[in-house]
Amino acid sequence: MPSTEAPTTHDLQATARRVRRDIIRMTAAAQSGHPAGSLSCTDLLVAVYFGGILRHDPANPFWPERDRFVFSKGHATPAYYAVLAEAGYFPTDELLTFRTLGSRLQGHTVMGNPPGVEMSAGALGMGLSFSLGLALAARMDRAPHRVYCMLSDGDCNEGQTWEAAMASAHHRVDNLTAIVDYNHIQNDGFSDYTRYSGDGDRDRVGGWVLDSGYTVKGAHPGAGRGGPQGAGRLMVRAKGLDSSLRSE
Amino acid sequence: MVQAAKTAATREALGPTLVRLAREGLDVVAVDADLGVSTTAAGFGKEFPDRFITVGVAEQNLVGVAAGLAAAGKIAFASSFAVFLPGHCFDQVRMAIAQPGLNVKLVASHGGVVTGEDGASAQAIEDLSLMLSLPTFRVIVPADVVETAQAIEAAARNYGPFYIRTGRPKVPVIYDDSYRFELGKAHLLRPGSDVTVTAIGVMVHVALAAAELLAGEGIDCRVLNMASLRPLDEEAVLAAAAETGAIVTVEDHYVHGGLGSLVSQTVAKAQPVPMAFVGTERFGTSGKWDELLRHFDLTPERIAREVRGVIARKSG
Ligand SMILES: Cc1ncc(C[n+]2csc(CCOP(=O)(O)OP(=O)(O)O)c2C)c(N)n1
Repeated sequence: MPSTEAPTTHDLQATARRVRRDIIRMTAAAQSGHPAGSLSCTDLLVAVYFGGILRHDPANPFWPERDRFVFSKGHATPAYYAVLAEAGYFPTDELLTFRTLGSRLQGHTVMGNPPGVEMSAGALGMGLSFSLGLALAARMDRAPHRVYCMLSDGDCNEGQTWEAAMASAHHRVDNLTAIVDYNHIQNDGFSDYTRYSGDGDRDRVGGWVLDSGYTVKGAHPGAGRGGPQGAGRLMVRAKGLDSSLRSE
Repeated sequence: MVQAAKTAATREALGPTLVRLAREGLDVVAVDADLGVSTTAAGFGKEFPDRFITVGVAEQNLVGVAAGLAAAGKIAFASSFAVFLPGHCFDQVRMAIAQPGLNVKLVASHGGVVTGEDGASAQAIEDLSLMLSLPTFRVIVPADVVETAQAIEAAARNYGPFYIRTGRPKVPVIYDDSYRFELGKAHLLRPGSDVTVTAIGVMVHVALAAAELLAGEGIDCRVLNMASLRPLDEEAVLAAAAETGAIVTVEDHYVHGGLGSLVSQTVAKAQPVPMAFVGTERFGTSGKWDELLRHFDLTPERIAREVRGVIARKSG
């Protein structure tokens, strides 16, 4: 069963700091990986996993009633693996095997590897459709769990994400939450191909609503400031929190 | 002609070659999908900003835009990683480019398991199979950076759809400036009469190492760089079959649907000889690129083993 104790803001900030240190250690050891996109989503991940949002049980990763968390920005594995290890899905010692031959911690996510990883990703744009499938299955089965999907700007460049958003609304799926790590930075620099902030039409595309009242307990976007490429991103990450979308 | 010491990644040729061709007056334009630094197309964008178009992480759009540019008369280059181009937009490639035969040149980097640490999702082992399934596409897998630059130029100067696969890691530079890539021609890197080893891309230098190894055992190994997969140099393949009596194909790609399939079909039609196929047989995994060549048994030793096997099967 999942733990129900509410962590304090201080706890969450400390957790985020440990995760950030792990991200730097992992990518430094591997001499590759995506530190920036990982640092960027750390607070969001910590909020989801430790802030009382996700109902899950690391000791029982295939618990049928667990909430599903789908990590669509599958290149940001350092953050995701560090959070899963922190949550107890596997020993933190293993983190330094990241990206090495024979490791379970592949460069991009591989479903079930380690348990807790719900989807194989690494080609951007695929996570929300998969999440919609999970959400529709939960509804068919009258299962109570929710599905959360974390998307990057790059994910939202891809048309498939908007196809999934429209289909979610068409099917009136109400057990699906998309969280956008809206950091305005992509591989080739700053970008704004996808305009889903402010009063952009896409906030309401296919009937999704911007859930700006979404509070991420304690994991204030300013928390855990640090990391070599993190400085310019913390501010825009605040927008990421505001851009959590919930389908109704 | 053959040198060693220097290394370079084949992907490094794209930006500089496009810049040169544009300066020479060719109406080249380039489109890229948030990988312009990795594919080096961004280097062209620096010199010719108004002829470089970025579309974000949106490969279907990338291909559609390139097709439109080509239909309007441009020599349109589109670039991304080989898993995404054609993998993420295959129907767009098929409908918007291949069927009308438009003047689009796809240059896809990060081919094969040598992509390395990124792991299976980023390692294209199926791109050649996909591209060879489209009859109007010419498909080229250059062995080094010199050949890549020339293949890009050939693509720019010959009307119609091209697919050029490049690689991420720095690999030995095989050719010097005296080399001339010819569309539809295999390049004889080493004469030999006992067996032919034909290879593409990063595997060409591995094949050369295998031939060296085999020379020590008194096996005289012909080495053919088959960079031009389509058009294929059927004459060179059939001559290899007739004159050496056995062929081993070597590619950093799934063993089905790539070099091995093309060469065996050609041989089977007119000059059947014992063959063996070196390539990958499962999806990739994370690791350093040279480690992965060993992990997937894409080594000189493996090629040598296959060579001994096909020689043993020769009837004469
Ligand atoms: C379909 C697809 N095309 C290209 C890539 C290569 N790629 C990896 S990360 C990335 C962009 C990273 O930016 P973003 O998606 O905004 O993520 P973040 O900044 O949050 O890390 C790209 C283009 C990919 N993973 N998938």
